[in-house]
Amino acid sequence: MGDGALSVWERSSTARVVPSARPRKLAKVPFVELADGRLQGVVSSGSDIGRVYVSSIEAGTYAFACSTNNNRPCGGANGWFCNHIGALIGEAVLQYGGERVARYLKVEVSGDEADAGAVTHAMTSTRPAQGDRSAAAQVFSRFLRHLAYLELGPTTAPLPEMQWFPTTRAVA
Amino acid sequence: MRADLLTDAVDGLDEALAAVDGFDEVLVGGLLRPQPAQAVGLAGLASAVAGSPLAVRVAEAAEKAAAGAAGEEHFVALAAARTALLGSVHDALVVRAEEAVGRSGEAEQGAAAAGDPEHAANLHAAARNWLCDLARAGWQGIDHELVAGSASVVSAMLPDPALRRLATLLDGFAAELAASCPGATLERVPVRRWADLWSRAVLLTLPGAASAPAVTEATGRLLPLGIDVQEHATAVQAQVHAVFEPADGEGARLVRASVSAPKPDTVVGAGLWQLLRPHMSLLAAVGEGRAVEIDAMPMTAEGDLLWDDARARTGEPAEVFATARVALPTASAYAVAPLDRHPARIAVPVLLEGYAVEEEEEGGTAFRIAGQRFTVDADRIPAASPLTPEVVASSGACVALLRWDAGEFLFQPLAVERTVRKKSVAVHAGAWAGGTTDKAGVRAEKAATDAVKVLRERAGRLLRK
Repeated sequence: MGDGALSVWERSSTARVVPSARPRKLAKVPFVELADGRLQGVVSSGSDIGRVYVSSIEAGTYAFACSTNNNRPCGGANGWFCNHIGALIGEAVLQYGGERVARYLKVEVSGDEADAGAVTHAMTSTRPAQGDRSAAAQVFSRFLRHLAYLELGPTTAPLPEMQWFPTTRAVA
Repeated sequence: MRADLLTDAVDGLDEALAAVDGFDEVLVGGLLRPQPAQAVGLAGLASAVAGSPLAVRVAEAAEKAAAGAAGEEHFVALAAARTALLGSVHDALVVRAEEAVGRSGEAEQGAAAAGDPEHAANLHAAARNWLCDLARAGWQGIDHELVAGSASVVSAMLPDPALRRLATLLDGFAAELAASCPGATLERVPVRRWADLWSRAVLLTLPGAASAPAVTEATGRLLPLGIDVQEHATAVQAQVHAVFEPADGEGARLVRASVSAPKPDTVVGAGLWQLLRPHMSLLAAVGEGRAVEIDAMPMTAEGDLLWDDARARTGEPAEVFATARVALPTASAYAVAPLDRHPARIAVPVLLEGYAVEEEEEGGTAFRIAGQRFTVDADRIPAASPLTPEVVASSGACVALLRWDAGEFLFQPLAVERTVRKKSVAVHAGAWAGGTTDKAGVRAEKAATDAVKVLRERAGRLLRK
């Protein structure tokens, strides 16, 4: 970088850097994100509507963790990816596209094969270790922050800076 | 339209942009330990504004920055210099665009914004602090910890409508940076874009910079031309472009009305319309193809209506192409506020007819007008819309926004006319803004309603414990 002329993309003020999320059903996994070096999110409990599981997988090591919002360990995530983590991967692939999820997690699968099954298999075959649950509180608070966006009121004063964020038909 | 004017070289443009590019490269590496090449970029920016009132401060800032000793005031001076340069680029391009479409703009300048200097001074200072750290790290030096530093500032700012401009910008910018961490492994950097976002954010942290007060009240008839949608993961804005015919018989003006809202990133497609719809009746009026009568609607010096449903009444049917053919040619634009002068801000409504459609190699579309070829940015059409790139490709007339990016003018379609079974049919980008009975549209609406329902249920159960 720094040599020669910039490409069109580099000279664009409105270059698309992050594709829009693809629409998906939120009932089972209301929140998933690629952040803080992890695939992380919140999975609703199938049996108790007041309970959610906070699940995460670390990029590179695939160290995984799953616990309830009250910080009880998930019984299923004992030495192995539990169903919550499975659902998290599936919904992440729906929302971001398999390629982006694989790239973020540093999983080696080729672009066209990056479906949820292939991504999961590539990770489990390395026999990842169970991580600690220290991130759960932070992930849950990020989820609550995310939900709080619904409570923020609209404004009819113009936001000129949104000119830098044109909508896009292209998705992840 | 004089299409040739849009492809002709603009005097001084390359020089100004070269100075901008030189500075933007400086931000790629960061200013913690500046290299000699970065000193050249900084000096280039300083010499580009040497004939302006900024000269002394920018020269000093460039020197300090090149020595790795830039403080806040120096970063502010550099951001101001870059903004001034792009402001001059904006002005030259707007003059060219107005010559090409044969409409005159208004030279009158709005009154300078009078902001409350005390308002949220701490939050502004915290934001500025974060932005200075970014400039020191450079895009190649960003990591999760640095980027996450903006989260608390954004969370504190978002609930206050007076801080929404800066908060929304920082939120979208930080999300991009977070998705690009760590910077050391980035294959390519959106050099101009991030420098744009950075310098705008720096200037918006200054007292009064973000304020755009109403200076007048608009009474008369509003004839919509179309809707432009902008979104990032956690915000959406819809802007209606319209011709305003004042009731007092004064000349017609080009105006905009905007509505925006923060959103969770999983609210997309038709969900965007659902979020905005209840707060601006104008969206439904555009969808139905109607004019709107406004009575004493507050308006800024830039021609932005500060929409209030209580001052608006849906009126007679008003066909967009009739408006574009009859009312648009004589409508003049308001001058852009000094800080908003930037090429990305250019959005001139135009009517295009008699063009040939050309398919581009990568699947894009171009219009050939009077021998000149223009990219059609069909990607800017919202996802929840009956207007698609295919429909644009089969059109014979188009109401579009003339824009400029990465060295060229291009067109963003707002609506097209095409012939179906020997009848002329109009298709609008914002047709579904107020709702739809279209089968695909109804499906998109249902999916969006379900998504928000789940989030509200989860919020109700988990948020206030």
